[in-house]
Amino acid sequence: MIDPGWYMALAAVLFAIGAAGVLVRRNALVMFMSIELMLNSVNLTFVSAGTGLGLIEGQVAALFVVVVAAAEVTVGLAILIAVFRGRATADVDKLAALKG
Amino acid sequence: MTVVFFLFAGVAIAGALVMVLARNPVHSAIGLLTTMFSIAVFYVLQDAHFVAAIQVLVYAGAVMTLFLFVIMLIGVDKSEDRTERIPYQRPLAIIVTGGLAAVILIAGSQAWITASSPFAVDELNGTIEVVADALFGTWVMAFLSTIFLLTIAAVGAIALAHYPETRSPRPEREVP
Repeated sequence: MIDPGWYMALAAVLFAIGAAGVLVRRNALVMFMSIELMLNSVNLTFVSAGTGLGLIEGQVAALFVVVVAAAEVTVGLAILIAVFRGRATADVDKLAALKG
Repeated sequence: MTVVFFLFAGVAIAGALVMVLARNPVHSAIGLLTTMFSIAVFYVLQDAHFVAAIQVLVYAGAVMTLFLFVIMLIGVDKSEDRTERIPYQRPLAIIVTGGLAAVILIAGSQAWITASSPFAVDELNGTIEVVADALFGTWVMAFLSTIFLLTIAAVGAIALAHYPETRSPRPEREVP
């Protein structure tokens, strides 16, 4: 049995890669996927902490995160398609209508 | 056990890097799918069987299908603009996120990785029965409140999908 700290370290690395994806990419879809990666890594942290502490609540929290992420993906992709219908682009730099 | 962990840790990080670096959004989606499957493997390694099944069903199944569907609908836009609005944004972003990872790992190594005793407790087996006992016992109100969340999300998605054909901001209503 591997120490749960290794899973948490891996989750931290995955979270950082996801954050880099949000900051570096311009495609709204790929930014969205990076957010999903960050949510997934936090889920891994929850489950690992639950395993380490011997509590089932870590897995319960991970299940709630899955529910929230599913709802977020539904609404987010609907917004993305609504934006695309009006603008025909998924590039976030081109969505500068509020720029003064 | 250890071999499986390090093998799939490499696979997960490689998938995440492919997701961030790939020009084609379909390749990004496949990279994310690889990472999600690897995370499901980690859940199985930690005896979180139900969460692993949900991970595969919801994330690798539903969410990624939705992503691929939207990529199909929007079209693959390979010519991503490489010019930077904010000067040095990409190098700064990589430095900042590298620092973030370093800070988390350093802080974590104080508590998690070199921890001696607090992880030596009773074994946890995340079967459906054990998870359901907690989910429908202690946390039943939180579980019930997800009903509202999912309903609101579904209604919101339908409202966003109902896009008026005319581009006028306030379409005239016809009086019969």
